[in-house]
Amino acid sequence: MKDTKKIKKQNFRSANREYTVVVYAFLVLFLLLIGYFIYYNVFQSDKVINNSFNKRQDTLAAEIVKGDILDRNGKVLATTKTAKDGTEYRNYPYGQVFAHVVGYTDKGKTGLESAENFTLLRSHSSIITQITNDINNVKSNGDNVVTTLDYTLQSVAYNALGGYNGAVIVMEPKTGKILAMVSKPAFDPNNIAANWDAYTNEQSSKGILVNRATRGLYPPGSTFKILTLLEYIRENKDYENFSYTCKGYETADDFKLRCYDGTAHGKEDLTAAFANSCNSAFSKIGLSLDINKLRSTCERALFNKSLPTDIACGSSSFVLEPSATKPEIMMTAIGQGETVVTPMHMAMIGAAIANDGVLMAPYLVDHTVNDAGITVSATGPRKAATLFDKEDCDVLKKYMRAVVTQGTVYQFKGAKYEVAGKTGTAEYSSDKTKSHSWFVGFANVEDPEILVTAIVEDADGVAPAVARQIMDAYYAKK
Amino acid sequence: MFSIIVKLSKYLLIILFAVFTYLGFAAMRKKTESGKSLLLSFQRFMLLFIHLLAYTVIYIQKDRDTGVIIFYLVQLIFFVVVFTVYYIAYPKASMQLVNLMCMFMAIGFIMISRLNYDRAIKQVGIAIVSVVASLLVPLIISKSRDLRRFKYLYAGVGAALLCVVAVLGRLSYGAKLSFSIAGISFQPSEFVKIIFVFFVAASLYSDTSIKSILITSAIALFYILVLIASKDLGAAMIFFFVYLVMLYVATKEYVYSLVGLAVGAVAAVAAYFMFTHVRTRVIAWLDPFSVVNDEGYQVAQSLFAIGTGGWFGSGLFKGRPNDIPVVEEDYIFSAISEEMGGIFAICLIFCCMCCLILFINIAMQLKDRFYKLVALGLGTAYGFQVFVTIGGVTKFIPSTGVTLPLISYGGSSLLATLVVFAIIQGLYIRRTDEEVSREKRRPGPRNTFDEAYSADDSDWNRITDNFGETQYERYEEDKETEFQKR
Repeated sequence: MKDTKKIKKQNFRSANREYTVVVYAFLVLFLLLIGYFIYYNVFQSDKVINNSFNKRQDTLAAEIVKGDILDRNGKVLATTKTAKDGTEYRNYPYGQVFAHVVGYTDKGKTGLESAENFTLLRSHSSIITQITNDINNVKSNGDNVVTTLDYTLQSVAYNALGGYNGAVIVMEPKTGKILAMVSKPAFDPNNIAANWDAYTNEQSSKGILVNRATRGLYPPGSTFKILTLLEYIRENKDYENFSYTCKGYETADDFKLRCYDGTAHGKEDLTAAFANSCNSAFSKIGLSLDINKLRSTCERALFNKSLPTDIACGSSSFVLEPSATKPEIMMTAIGQGETVVTPMHMAMIGAAIANDGVLMAPYLVDHTVNDAGITVSATGPRKAATLFDKEDCDVLKKYMRAVVTQGTVYQFKGAKYEVAGKTGTAEYSSDKTKSHSWFVGFANVEDPEILVTAIVEDADGVAPAVARQIMDAYYAKK
Repeated sequence: MFSIIVKLSKYLLIILFAVFTYLGFAAMRKKTESGKSLLLSFQRFMLLFIHLLAYTVIYIQKDRDTGVIIFYLVQLIFFVVVFTVYYIAYPKASMQLVNLMCMFMAIGFIMISRLNYDRAIKQVGIAIVSVVASLLVPLIISKSRDLRRFKYLYAGVGAALLCVVAVLGRLSYGAKLSFSIAGISFQPSEFVKIIFVFFVAASLYSDTSIKSILITSAIALFYILVLIASKDLGAAMIFFFVYLVMLYVATKEYVYSLVGLAVGAVAAVAAYFMFTHVRTRVIAWLDPFSVVNDEGYQVAQSLFAIGTGGWFGSGLFKGRPNDIPVVEEDYIFSAISEEMGGIFAICLIFCCMCCLILFINIAMQLKDRFYKLVALGLGTAYGFQVFVTIGGVTKFIPSTGVTLPLISYGGSSLLATLVVFAIIQGLYIRRTDEEVSREKRRPGPRNTFDEAYSADDSDWNRITDNFGETQYERYEEDKETEFQKR
């Protein structure tokens, strides 16, 4: 009896083994499908649906009160208020101060209002609350976005720029957190609709709606000497023996390139040439470089690339070819010529140097919370790219420190912290008297906690003073 | 009151459908017929409740149009008649499969009503005609003995139909899929799928010589090439996999299928480089958002719909499923997921899985190798179609534009799938007849059979036991059955 059963079982198996394999293969296939569906809904959908091609925002807005945008300490930067007639509108308590980075909602959306729109329109209130609200026809509260922005630093940066146009970015090199991002001229996001015509007038608006910090493309001026210097160091092991005598100008092919204000810096070593931001010396250095290698150094430092951050940015360009003429090479070596860079990119270069070559992806959203203050999701620091080698950064830091101790930057005298940085004067038209003032620098040199990048338009040497005020404010709070 | 119904229905629908799904699997594990039929009655009740609830919402959202009530009643009568007819005319049929069939149609009716009311009316009409038309199929299948003889007739008819489409067919969404007879659009590849399965089964059930395999493979390849030429990549893919699976099972040799798979992989790569319409689908799959304005638009909209709907869905009429192009056909799963919720959608996948298990289960229980292969082939076609559709709209695999059986809008697809279900029902009836005839034939120790039969009468265990080491005593093996001959 037992034997016949065994035989039957074996016969059945041999008859149906393949069928069983097919069923199991299908079960695996379907479970994979379900697994992927769950994975998509849990991990990907939040990012995917936050897309301007998804027209479901309006549908969501009917069910949910758009959440608040907060600074790192909980100060409200944007909120939803209800007018007397029951209509909802967005309110920005600090108006122009956070205008570009927070953005506006009337007349389309920009800044965080656009990037985080879906997050703000999603509710992660407790399921019970949501279902209760749903049934009672009460709108649920959308999630709040807690940014990395610091109200104090943002205000100081905003005021430090004064009446100048320009942009400031303050970030933590070790984490990529953006503490402040200012762009001037600034608009009032509370009255965007009323002022729309003035804001979009091509002649008079001065591009008021453009976030210069992320989108502005400026010639880097002398800040580019950081990269020229780096390439020189890489190509010349004996760079410490560099010596040059500055007559106040350098010539090649009937082209005469002058130092700033025509100053003759005299005999300089490499440190002095960098600290003095000597155009003559650096144009000479430029001519000695392998242009292909310079280009790859720049591209590793993210020129001609889209910047590795979730914040929408313009992209910088470096277009020098080995076939370029000597004057073109000389100009490019000192940051003039065709090269253009966004303040955000410059901040990234500075931050990478401060952080031993590793760029932490800059980010604005620290975490999101539901209306009860419970964290829904958090953005952690993320390594974005390695722009430089650590040895390069050790050398660059020394040179950038010299800029502050013995060179062009005198604004940090008496500061309680140690700054390393580089200034720049970017000429943007054939009129040599018109130029922008750049500064990129970080403190402290040994343990970089804060990086400031400032570009001040039509100003002479103002940027370092702006940075000083911001760093003072940062260390006063610490 | 009405607004509370609308709001509550969203959650209630999910709960009811989850219970329905659970009952389906629970019924498979039930050992006694009476226990099983109790669960299945309960399942039918869930179905009718879901249907009523959804149409209440539709009624309210359609400004309480009395037409909706009439439409609902027509459908209700339809379902009740289907249940009753199967119950009376085919008591040996699988009521579980009937339940699933009606549930899928109900979900389709609900969703299409919400998306495009006129099309829903058409769909219900087609469903009624199709069910009536397919009512005799189980009887034919269960009684006929000659279906295995028409190997070359199947091959010829199928190929002819496909060629007619390829030559005469009109363009629909870049693929030549259908032609019209007297104003009725007709998509033959849906029916050719069935004929193809019969052809392969008829070719390979008794003769798995190299010669037979080569001839069959050549004909199968011809079918697939015609489909590719008609740009019906989804159908080509399904035919291809169905053939490989049937070949593997018929020959019990996985080597043939592996060779086929390798050839298929090379062909897929070649197609990628040769045809732009293949390339665009792959691009849209890899990163639909990079081409969101063009090729990626459909998939991107589908992902927006699923993502925005979330686990609980927006509720019927609260989402924007009509943003997705061809939503009632290829993308209906996304619409279901958006408005009825991700949980509902997962339950739906489980129901399709349940259905597939029932298909292949009957293949395993049958003795006749021809019908075993038919059931397997139809099951495989069904399973792949579900996988390809849902995988495509969720971006798990490249989207190929295939309908979700019984749920998507479309007459040909609905009729063809109902015929498939009817054939499977015929096979369920055949199984019972096989068992009865075997009992009659053998006067010997009947208690063995009875004992074995009652020991574990659970569909689920039949499948799992075959892999595991638990006792399996149900099947008596006749030494003289056909497959022993080989």
